[in-house]
Amino acid sequence: MTAPIIVTLTVNGEPVNRAVEPRLTLADFLRDELGLKGTHVGCEHGVCGACTVHLNGATVRGCLTFAVQCEGAEVETVEGGTDSGRLKDLQDEFVARNALQCGYCTPGMLLSAAELLEQNPAPSRDEIREHLSGNYCRCTGYQAIVDAIETTARKRVELER
Amino acid sequence: MKPHAFDYVRATSLQDIFGVLDKHGDDAKILAGGQSLVPAMNMRLAAPRVIVDVNAIEALHGIAVVGDMLRIGAMTRYVEIAASDLVARHAPLIVRAVPFIAHAAIRNRGTFGGSLCNADPASELPACVLAERAVFNISSSTGERSVAANDFFLGTYTTALEPTEVLLSVDVPLSGPDSRYFFDEVARRQGDYAMAGLAARAEVRGGVLVDARLVFFAVSDMPLMVSATAALLEGQAPGSVDAEAICEALIQNVTPQQDLTTSSVTKEHLMKVLTRRAIAAFAREEA
Amino acid sequence: MSDRSAVSVLDTPNSYIGRSVSRPNAKRLAQGRATYVDDIMLPRMVHLAFCRSPYAHAEILSIDGTAALALPGVLRVVTMADLQDYCTPWVGVLDHLKGIKSAPQWPLANGKVFFQGEPVVAIVASNRAIAEDAADLIEVDYKELPPVTDAETALDPDTPVIHPELGDNLCFERSIDSGDVDAAFASAAVVVEESFHFNRHTAVTLEPRSIICDYNPADENLTLHMSVQCPHMSKHLYAKHLGLDENKVRVICKDIGGSFGLKIHTYSDEMAAGALTVMLGRPVKFIADRLESFVTDIHARDHRVTAKMAFAQDGEVTAVEMDDITGIGPYSVYPRSSGIEMNQVVNLTAGPYKHLNYRVRARAVFQNKGVMCQYRGVGHPIAVAVGEALVDKGAAALGMDPAEVRRRSFIPDDAYPYTSPSGAIYERQSHRQSLDKLVTIMDYEGLRREQRALRERGVYRGIGFASLIEVTNPSPAFYGVGGARIASQDGCTIRLDPTGGITCATGVTEQGQGTETIIAQIAASAVGVAPGQVRVITGDTDVVPYGGGTWASRGAGIGGEAALQAGKELRRNILEVAGAILQTAPENLDVRDGMIVDAKGFNERMPLAELGRLVYFRGDTLPDGLQPELVATKHYVSRSYPFAFTNAAHACLAEVDVETGLVSLLKYWVVEDCGTVINPLLVAEQTRGGVVQGIGAALYEECLYSPEGQMINGSMADYLVPMAAEMPEIYVDHVTTPTETSELGAKGVGEAGTAGAPGAVMNAINDALEPFDTRLSHMPFTPDKILRALGKT
Repeated sequence: MTAPIIVTLTVNGEPVNRAVEPRLTLADFLRDELGLKGTHVGCEHGVCGACTVHLNGATVRGCLTFAVQCEGAEVETVEGGTDSGRLKDLQDEFVARNALQCGYCTPGMLLSAAELLEQNPAPSRDEIREHLSGNYCRCTGYQAIVDAIETTARKRVELER
Repeated sequence: MKPHAFDYVRATSLQDIFGVLDKHGDDAKILAGGQSLVPAMNMRLAAPRVIVDVNAIEALHGIAVVGDMLRIGAMTRYVEIAASDLVARHAPLIVRAVPFIAHAAIRNRGTFGGSLCNADPASELPACVLAERAVFNISSSTGERSVAANDFFLGTYTTALEPTEVLLSVDVPLSGPDSRYFFDEVARRQGDYAMAGLAARAEVRGGVLVDARLVFFAVSDMPLMVSATAALLEGQAPGSVDAEAICEALIQNVTPQQDLTTSSVTKEHLMKVLTRRAIAAFAREEA
Repeated sequence: MSDRSAVSVLDTPNSYIGRSVSRPNAKRLAQGRATYVDDIMLPRMVHLAFCRSPYAHAEILSIDGTAALALPGVLRVVTMADLQDYCTPWVGVLDHLKGIKSAPQWPLANGKVFFQGEPVVAIVASNRAIAEDAADLIEVDYKELPPVTDAETALDPDTPVIHPELGDNLCFERSIDSGDVDAAFASAAVVVEESFHFNRHTAVTLEPRSIICDYNPADENLTLHMSVQCPHMSKHLYAKHLGLDENKVRVICKDIGGSFGLKIHTYSDEMAAGALTVMLGRPVKFIADRLESFVTDIHARDHRVTAKMAFAQDGEVTAVEMDDITGIGPYSVYPRSSGIEMNQVVNLTAGPYKHLNYRVRARAVFQNKGVMCQYRGVGHPIAVAVGEALVDKGAAALGMDPAEVRRRSFIPDDAYPYTSPSGAIYERQSHRQSLDKLVTIMDYEGLRREQRALRERGVYRGIGFASLIEVTNPSPAFYGVGGARIASQDGCTIRLDPTGGITCATGVTEQGQGTETIIAQIAASAVGVAPGQVRVITGDTDVVPYGGGTWASRGAGIGGEAALQAGKELRRNILEVAGAILQTAPENLDVRDGMIVDAKGFNERMPLAELGRLVYFRGDTLPDGLQPELVATKHYVSRSYPFAFTNAAHACLAEVDVETGLVSLLKYWVVEDCGTVINPLLVAEQTRGGVVQGIGAALYEECLYSPEGQMINGSMADYLVPMAAEMPEIYVDHVTTPTETSELGAKGVGEAGTAGAPGAVMNAINDALEPFDTRLSHMPFTPDKILRALGKT
């Protein structure tokens, strides 16, 4: 109903219970209800990728999912990935390689990269570029981002050995 | 850019869906993956008063072989299709199309049935199911019916679905040893809507092509099956088709619709390019 | 002028200048801990949305906001009539652009609308969704007026005049006729001509325009949380037009999600937020959504150029003639004006070449489209593409190699300083050296061989060059002389803290390019501490010295020099105090890595932390008569030249699929001469990012309008920007010619990539299509245009 609906979910490992308006997107819910400002809103029509979060382990557009749809779901944002350390090597490499400038796309970019490396531990540069093609960056020209992800992948593989 | 307010129903059974659709008709909208509906709502181009979320309905999920058909549940997500051995084995055309659809995060969420019901003329999957001569399994509170793909798409964002109906699944005839497929599109950037695309299927029996189907997308107000042109392939050996003659015949019969940056004549040219590529691919597979 | 001849801190072994230091603030951004304006929540804050004009040109007959106001959660529904007492209008003209004219602009439409998306009614509500609900309920009765959309016919006698009080649709015109152009063309061995279209495009910052205006009626203070590149300019403008005491306005810019020149202009909707916070006495937040952004953010380019170039038989460029017309929308944008881009085209076309015969006429005209103003590269992409395309076309006509024609035509290395026929004065450039390095790193000869071999197989690759000059480090000649209160000077205050670390407040701002990092590197080098010991503060007008901010590639060159001089002053002050404490002459001491040391031998004498402890907490122990000043402020303004000019040589390797018309960019090379390179890592990434925006202009980006003045591709789905998959690997190298106007020697680097790429891509495509005897010059180069040029459609 247009009246608020109770939704119960797990966000970054913490149980969350909120009454939300049905029209509230997951991105706005995370930002405005939970104060998780690391999820950025760039276009609100699913193109730019700045609002990318993990929903039940897969990347989704936070602007194309309503919060009420997330009943029982597990959501992870850049804050969660930072706290758990899951994104740490990627973040370190992004910083070292200067793979971010204004930082607005970066949380979404990191979550997309994390998903790619889980599916494909040793992606080629073309595969990295293909996977990131749903995440716009207006500052870097992408090359540094590709470098950072490629290096992270290589270091992870080396660590495995 | 916030959507209009709406009522939200989380359906847990088909009956829940029918209840909402029967009551609200056109004012209600089914929410599947939401990758086309929600942008339209955020832009306030769509303003349904009631949203019925069908994500939790088990009956709409799943991929299985049923008789001589591959049944793909309407709520099957693109990412599930891409990973499905069953689809790869029995409906390879659809698997080939998936990487062209948008981007990873969209494919994680977008659904097979959602794409078909949205009936965007630039979308890949409507062309694929037409080329596959798939059958749509549709249900409402008054019963079930089946609609051939050829009868399902009526125009831009328009299908044979009544406001009270829901798409359950789509049956795709199983690929046989003689089946040949082609899928390609020309787009300016990875994941963009195509300037023109082609989904094709044919059988090779006794060394010649039979039952060829060529379906173009992003060139008309709905996926465009060019039956007369395809019929010219009938009975020809894959390696000796006169591609130019086919292209000429193709162009006699269609006038593509321009889009923002691609003129009708360019689309016409690209349709010919894709046709040549399809013919060459069929020939290559035989060689 | 320079005192580099003395022992410069730049040359000391522990200088951090020239090192690839990663950005300390990037860590915060990578963890999602940034603070963009939309992240800020203030008590009692309300949200703003607008009812905007659906028409490009119309008269407003009536507005009915009754239903909107009745909606629960709506606080105010206001029209311009309600804001008359809260805000004065503005006019975007500059005194030094002779004859430029424009019409007054208001926070909301004042009787008429002049472009689609112009704000008409403002709605204040408890949240943005409700404000949008209310906007949908507002009824505005418009009488449509004929729209003027085509720039090329805007001046025709039968075209309606958009602002009748201005007399015509001409905003600004400038001409140059230098040397003997007619004679040069008459005696030329080869003359080539081309007409160009430069598509209207826009910045598409991922963070849209964002502002929170917070007026406190109790103390009459206005605090603006803005996503802006020039906080002091905004402080002045909001005070001026809202009728407030400028001393009571504070602008705070925390993190900025991209700007590229978009965020240096005055926007009606943002000023309306300012008027409304004064009216309501509550914080008002306005965040442009993406659909609003496309129609209301400044657009750029939109030029139609015809140009010709004359060559001597040996390949030397001898003359250029050009006509440029640019459509700037219905207003010249305030306060920088929409005459500057056109002016740059006039000033810079064929700038690297020594031709002395130059005739140009350029006109900026009004039209009923979105406003056009300064965006990354400002005019340079047009100037570069026109000049470089003509050079390539001339080379082809002469049967010469395009690199060789450039070499023969460059201003000779020993001719500097050099005054161009447009009056621009170049201190020193390295065109020949840069091009020579470029052809080496790209293996030009090898690529030409490969090109020939591939053509045999039906693969069409092309190599495109672009040599360019870029204006950076502007002096007051840019805006100040025109009467705009836009500072060309900038300042830096550096303080030694009791911990031995330093705190550095600078007037230049950070939008991700690394300003804070290079300021830290410079300050650390100048004072003698590690960069990690430097805290840099930017973007708060209450805290930082008065300055212009970051635009026109001035952050490093202007802000960096101020930081260098402030750091040196602080070092002198530190050594004076240390000398008094250690009972030796200051010149016997030095500061290294946070330690007072002997100038000779570098024996450690006292940590800076100890000096800080004594000065701040034990003043009783200091020698009599010593009053330590452990803070220093210095300002810098470029005066000896109006601008610093950087130069660069670009090359692009492209492959054109002649079946589909698709262009693949395979590789891209840049040799950049931005003077002293403070941080090679950051310079390379600025260059790459700039190149990719230039590629966007060449291949994808275009604001498409209907004849009625409706933008028809104003969404991210339809307006294409570069994505990862299609972008090439970009190789960046340097030639270093420091400017001698400053000790630091840095010129800017933020825009050169964008300036060069459109021309280089165009030339590469035309080179690829050379066997087909066709050329393209209308950007963006869509498959549709390429197939048409190939005669396939």
